[in-house]
This record gives sequence, structure tokens and C-alpha cells, in this order.
Amino acid sequence: MDVDLMLRVYPYFLQAAWVTIELSVLTTILGLTCGTLGAAARLSRFRVLRIIGATYVSLIRGTPALIQLFILYFGGPQIGIQLDAFEAGVIGLGVNIGAYMTETIRGSIIAIDKGQSEAARTVGLSKMQAMRHVILPQAMRLMIRPLGVNINALIKGTALVAAISVVELTYTAQRYIGSTYRPFEMFLLSGVLYMVIIYVTGRGVAWLDRKARIV
Amino acid sequence: MTDTQHFVEIRHAQKAYGDLEVLKDISLNVERGQIVAIIGPSGSGKSTLLRAINDLDALTSGEIWLDGVQVNKTLPHRQYEKHINQMRQQIGMVFQHFNLFPHLNVRDNVTMAPKLLKGISKAEADTLAEEQLAHVGMLERIDFYPSQLSGGQKQRVAIARALAMKPKLMLFDEATSALDPELVEEVNLVMKKLAEEDMTMIIVTHEMDFAASVCDRVLFMDQGVVVEEGPPEKIFRNPDKDRTREFLRKHLEGAK
Repeated sequence: MDVDLMLRVYPYFLQAAWVTIELSVLTTILGLTCGTLGAAARLSRFRVLRIIGATYVSLIRGTPALIQLFILYFGGPQIGIQLDAFEAGVIGLGVNIGAYMTETIRGSIIAIDKGQSEAARTVGLSKMQAMRHVILPQAMRLMIRPLGVNINALIKGTALVAAISVVELTYTAQRYIGSTYRPFEMFLLSGVLYMVIIYVTGRGVAWLDRKARIV
Repeated sequence: MTDTQHFVEIRHAQKAYGDLEVLKDISLNVERGQIVAIIGPSGSGKSTLLRAINDLDALTSGEIWLDGVQVNKTLPHRQYEKHINQMRQQIGMVFQHFNLFPHLNVRDNVTMAPKLLKGISKAEADTLAEEQLAHVGMLERIDFYPSQLSGGQKQRVAIARALAMKPKLMLFDEATSALDPELVEEVNLVMKKLAEEDMTMIIVTHEMDFAASVCDRVLFMDQGVVVEEGPPEKIFRNPDKDRTREFLRKHLEGAK
């Protein structure tokens, strides 16, 4: 193993890691947005919204994320959607993870005992007030860990955007392999950096979960 | 139709899940300050009837009136939501499993609804919480969370939460059924106190002794109908119907 080489290219990988982090953060924000809207749609009293929510989830979860990215990035221009690789990556991955987050959020909401909303409604709270003041504060605590699992998958999933040539960790490894012919070292380097990102995120999630616990 | 002579009126309440009729044409009047116990075997429809009064379980047909206003009016969705929220503010409910809000301390459990719905200030809310909790003997636990309370304490807080909205009517759905035997009494005492303060109460219960000691009237329900009703002395000592007698006999045996 050529440690010297690894130390020499290391700064470039750090830069690439920043791109991966940017991708991850933006994707998480978009994913949480899609997930919240998706869950709201799936729990709506309007059938049309429920159908839209369910269709979103099953379309996204029923097809490979890579195909979704390809459709958006390569197929997009054909139907008038012009995105650069980074934008396509964020949107593609965000909408993708949003479908999984939809189910996480919805699951946490319906896991709250029915007696909670009944108690809230019997003192006269509206459906929205019951949701906001009684159900969501409890559901949000429940969803921290599973959303953490979604985010973990999403961070590793950002490797996919190498396929549409976003210069992040995986793509950078491939590029340096092209010039150094040292795949073991290059992939190892990117792997370690992924692990660091995942580890820090995981600790953050665990911290949030502890903070949010009810007495 | 606003010709209600009675404080609470249930008119021809009927509820069915598909072919299964759980309430079959039940009518019932309760006067202001009266305490009515509903007894009967599980599956008799007694909880469903109670939950129909504040429309937690909607009737298939029939009317519920409270103090001259129909609770289950036919209105467009939005208007109905507004109306029913108004009505529910006047009807307190206590559940078998307490259903306290676990993320809020005792104080906030009691004051959440008045703060949201009556727009009272923080100072007023604090006074209200203290009053209501003192009333059920839970003042010293005001800053505790529900998970730190015993079952009996939880139920007393739940009663205080319901009372904080100053309801005209209180519904108790097997309020002591989930409690350890030694904790039943403290909740019963609070309910007795309410009775002495002339609160109108409808109580679904398995506690015949309690029903006998505080209630003005007892209804025995079975298979979706009111089999028999009358003053507790009559129902418990000398019921007219065999089904009532049978139920009470079995119940007594079960208690032994």
C-alpha cells in the first residue's frame, strides 16, 4: 500500500469530501421537505392527495435511484429540464430519499396512540391543533432515529452521482485511479472519508435523540 | 327543533358497523346535576354510547342534545368541526387509560387547552392549574411528568385537565378499570367530590359499589339496548329483568 501517494492526494479528497457533505446537507433538506409534504398527503382526509402521496412513494421506491438520476440528468433536456450535474444530483437524491422519509414520518405519526388525539379532541382542540401540540411533538421524537437511518443511506447514496460526473468522493477516487492506477488506495481513502462523515452524523443523531427524550 | 326539556338528551341513538348493530335505538335523558351510571357486559355498547355523546364515535342515526343545542348537527365539514370543537369544550371526558400528554408536565397538561382555546394569560393559566390540581389533590405534583406518576395520580390529573375547560357535563369511560385495586379509591373520592358539587356526570363503570353509592340512576345495557334502568337500590337489589339479575350475579362471583 502506497501511503506516500495517499498522503499526497489526500487534500484533493478532502475537497471532494466537502462536495459530498454539501450534497448530503442539501439532499437532507430537500428530502425532509418532500417527506413532510408526502406524509401530509398520505395522511390527508382528501383521497386525491392520499393517492398522489402513495404514488410518489411507490414510484420512487419501486425504481433504482440511479435510473431516477439518469432520467433527470440525461433525459431531462429532452423534456425541457436543463440541470447541471450537481443540481440534478441534489434534486434526484432529495426526491428519492423524500419517499423513504415520507414513510418514516408517516409511520411515526400513526404510531402515536390513538388515545392522544382523542384526548386532545375531547378538550376541544381542532384536528390541526391536536396535530401540532399533541401528536407531532411526540412523533418527532420517535422519528429522529429512523430519519437518521434515512440520512445515513442518503450520504452513502451520494456516491451514485459520480455516475453523472459530480466531482464528489467517489468520482474523485475514480479520477485519481485513472492517473495513478492505484484503485486500492484511492477507494480506501474515499471510504475512510465516507466513514468519518457517517460517524459524525450518527453521533449527531444520537445526541438529538437523547436531547429529545421525555423524562 | 329546540324543544329540549332535558339537560342531556339522547334520541333514538343507533350505530352500526356494517351489519353489526352496536347501539339499537337508545333514548336517554339526563337532568342537570344528575349522575348516571351505565353498566353492562363488555361489548354491550356502553362505551360506544358514551363516546357518541361528544361525537368521538359518530352515530349512524339519532340525535344528541346538550343544554338545548344539538351536538351531532348535520353541517358542512368545516362548520361542523367548529361546532363540535365548541361542544366538546363543554363536555369533559376521562378515559380508562388516562391519555395524559406524556411530553407535557402536569401543569401544561391541565392548561394546554384553556391556553389555546380561551386565550388566557400565563398567570391566569398558572392560577387555573393550581386551582384544578388542588381540587384533585395533585398540586404538589404540578411540575412532574406523567411518567413519574402512579395510575391513580395520572387519572386525577386527567380529571383536572377535563375540569380546566369548565365543562357542563363530564363523561367517565371506565375511569378506574386500568388501576391497581389500591389506587381505585383515590379516583373514586375525586369523582364523589364532583358529584357533591352537582356536576352532571355520565359514568361507564364496572364498579357496582361505587355506582350504588354516588349515582342517581343506573342503566343496564346489553347487546346494544338498555335492558333496564332505575335508581341504584332498584337495579342492584331488585331488578325486574332476568338479564340484569344474571349479569349482577356473574359480576359478584367474578369480584370474589
